Amino acid sequence: MCRLALKTANTPFSPYEVLTAMEAMQEGYDGSGLGLLLRGLDFEDFKYNTKYPILSGIAHTEQAWSRLNSFMEERGFELKYDHEFETIPSLIEAKDRFRYFLRAYKMSADLESKSQTEIDEELMLTRLALRRNGEENGGDLTAFSFWPDVAMIKEVGWPLEIGNALTLNDNRIRARVCMAQGRQNTNYGINLYACHPFFLQGIATMTNGENTAFVPIRDWLLGKHFPGYTGYQSDSEVFAHILHYTVRQLGLPLETYKHIITPLSTKELDAHPQGEFLKGLRNTCRRLIIDGPNAVIGTLPDETCILAMDQKKLRPATIGGRDGAWAIASEMCGVEAMVPDRNPAFDFQPMREHTIIVPPDRKELTIWSQHDPFPLPQAA
Amino acid sequence: MVSARSVSVTPSSLSYTDLPWIVQHREDRCTLCGHCTAVCPKEAIYLAYRRQRMPKLDVLKKSRGNEYRTFVGIRQKTTMANACIGCSMCAMVCPNEAIMPVPNTNEHRTLFFNNQKGEPNKRGGRRNVSGPTLLDRIMFDRISMLTDPALDAGRHEFNITTTLGRILDPAEFLKRQKEGGWIPPTREIFPFVIGSMSFGALSPNMWLGLLQGVAYCNEVLGIPVVMGTGEGGCPPWVLKSPYLKYIILQIASGYFGWDEIIRAIPDMQCMPAAIEIKYGQGAKPGDGGLLMWYKVSKLIARLRGVPEGVDLPSPPVHQTLYSIEESVMKMIQTLSTAFDHQVPIYPKISASTSAKSVLNNLVRNPYAGGMLIDGIDGGTGAAYNVSMDATGHPIASCVRECYLDLVTQGKQNEIPIFAAGGIGKNGNVAQNGMALIMLGASGVHIGKYIMQAAAGCLGNEKNRCNVCNVGICPKGITSQNPKLYRRLDPDLVAERVSEVFMSINTEIKKIMAPLGRSQSLPVGMSDALGIGDKAVADRLQIKYVC
Repeated sequence: MCRLALKTANTPFSPYEVLTAMEAMQEGYDGSGLGLLLRGLDFEDFKYNTKYPILSGIAHTEQAWSRLNSFMEERGFELKYDHEFETIPSLIEAKDRFRYFLRAYKMSADLESKSQTEIDEELMLTRLALRRNGEENGGDLTAFSFWPDVAMIKEVGWPLEIGNALTLNDNRIRARVCMAQGRQNTNYGINLYACHPFFLQGIATMTNGENTAFVPIRDWLLGKHFPGYTGYQSDSEVFAHILHYTVRQLGLPLETYKHIITPLSTKELDAHPQGEFLKGLRNTCRRLIIDGPNAVIGTLPDETCILAMDQKKLRPATIGGRDGAWAIASEMCGVEAMVPDRNPAFDFQPMREHTIIVPPDRKELTIWSQHDPFPLPQAA
Repeated sequence: MVSARSVSVTPSSLSYTDLPWIVQHREDRCTLCGHCTAVCPKEAIYLAYRRQRMPKLDVLKKSRGNEYRTFVGIRQKTTMANACIGCSMCAMVCPNEAIMPVPNTNEHRTLFFNNQKGEPNKRGGRRNVSGPTLLDRIMFDRISMLTDPALDAGRHEFNITTTLGRILDPAEFLKRQKEGGWIPPTREIFPFVIGSMSFGALSPNMWLGLLQGVAYCNEVLGIPVVMGTGEGGCPPWVLKSPYLKYIILQIASGYFGWDEIIRAIPDMQCMPAAIEIKYGQGAKPGDGGLLMWYKVSKLIARLRGVPEGVDLPSPPVHQTLYSIEESVMKMIQTLSTAFDHQVPIYPKISASTSAKSVLNNLVRNPYAGGMLIDGIDGGTGAAYNVSMDATGHPIASCVRECYLDLVTQGKQNEIPIFAAGGIGKNGNVAQNGMALIMLGASGVHIGKYIMQAAAGCLGNEKNRCNVCNVGICPKGITSQNPKLYRRLDPDLVAERVSEVFMSINTEIKKIMAPLGRSQSLPVGMSDALGIGDKAVADRLQIKYVC
């Protein structure tokens, strides 16, 4: 079983805090890897303009590094900031790590003048082209994300050790939202891309558990022929893509995500105020129904955070916090490590029907039950 | 030895050892009650007086002579028309276990004479190939060992229904929802459907028993089973009853019974589950339906709007149509309109290497509600033996190809594929059906299995019985003769139907739970399948395991 931790706070904090929460939950995972997503970035040595997309990943060789530089240049991106990690290579298991990169780029004037949808598409296509470039060259280049105000780090090894190896405790980089997952993918082979969280056009999720309906869901998403629906080295990647499909492609409210991945039974929908619509939604999105034990934790571009449970609540997750700072973790000790100055009596463990939403203002969390009506989109 | 000429020997002369079944009779046990001869559907046995010579030699009187004993016994007829079919009804009714048919272990000769009068062999049943089918050999091998807790088939909640009917792409669904557009009708049904067997092919008691059983499954057990009518209409009282919602009405090339159906539309209390348009059938692809004259009773004649006692062959094609494309366009749309666009309409075709082209037509037809593919192992009430045994395409690879074709187009949720033909041939009905579902079918149709399990059909793939075509079904399942069908108690059939579906329902959960699936039917979950045959694994794109 892997362990998950998410912290969201009004004041940027060091990702190392979340790694200490991972350490608190160390009995629950095998320490085979770390995936880290930072959103709402704040750099010590750079005044970051949130319009600049940030490219994060790993260049495994010097050639890859120079290919990356020329690739970005040719594509019209101007380098504005290059965060150099103080690395301690001896703490990293893998030896082919030439450079971890986290770089802010300015878009070309031509791209900036385009519509938001076109910009979003270009950013995604650029990341995918880089990924393909790496794959075509023996896997010497790994690109995790290319998106404004988002950075990602993935590595094989013990989470805290990786944090130490990258000296994440030096406060040079901080964020308002940080997601961490402590296990390499073990379902379908070790692969850097297979580590949670998964990211697509500003939407990220990580999951604790196994998605046994992976293959039919993957097949359906691939059939959409959307360039970002690719990868699938992990059965959990589809959770991020389903959220992307729900929110970005269909333009449905966040609450419908739960109705799509774990729809209510017909009997329950018969008693639901929006039952008829939801039955139709369940039919039309039938191939996106997940299965198996899962706790899905996600973040959206506006820094909203969510936590949704599988239909039977077969995985643990707790949320706790206070006005301005909230933590979601697989175990209560994880929450305790991230937001100790809260009233633990208000910690909440969602049940099968719940989606927890922490809105961007972070004042209080919303416990939304699937049996409750939700703000219908214009469509309904 | 008598001269050969005094014995009547013709090319077609057979002795009872030339027949596929030999009736063994024990005279020491026989009470001469006559039950066996009365019950035999083929009149294959008869009571006969025989004389036995008892040589007598009186040594003291130095005389020789004979005495003759007369006895009564059962004898087997050796004509083709009366050849024993092995149904064992004689054994079933014998009070003394004095009689039974035994299969002839030597090759039998009737194979060469079943074309007398120039008529090729016609029969009921299905392809006479026995042994494990390909579906029987598929294993569900993706056991969810990685994460715990595992699912509990006995205690956890399972959603195992499937959808019948056209489903829109999510974006299109929301658009129509917003604009108040037409959302095609769908039905949430149990994935095992009682396949199309017509009122005519089946006896009234069998049909009634099935319908009662289906209603019980829906209304008492909560298992939403639906059943097909086959071509031949539907009794008017059913059309106007609330049970119509459990029925898939079939229209085929003979259009039998559709006058009654169309006339009943204004009086319908509810809509039927679906309309099936039969273009082809797995057991006899490229051939039309056939109800032989023996079975066209007064009741059937009235239902179908035809004279009594005539053969009712449906043509192989819908005569009014030029091609399947035209057919898909016209018939589906017409029928959808007739039922006010509230009933899913789907075609049934024979499994074929050309099935994909039909499928792609359906994808482009917004009124098409699915596709049913019937494989070579499907059953029938009457067909030429050569059609059954040699014509057709196995179901597994056909369904898989069609599903993968839909996957490439991203349309696998829009047009559900249903599979039929040989599911449960060897009794493994839930396993066979779930294997097809994981290969990509949204559900399966079962016909022969239901006859065997719910009504005790005696037919098998070693050509036992298989006389459904001539209306002499010894169990009364496929006969229109009241003397025969009164043997079948509809209540008991209904009871068996519910037992069968309760059991399938449990077995589905027992298959799904170890795979970690409970939320939705694992349609297309091919990663769960393995087979110990590399060539098959490659063809079906599943794992080869050994």
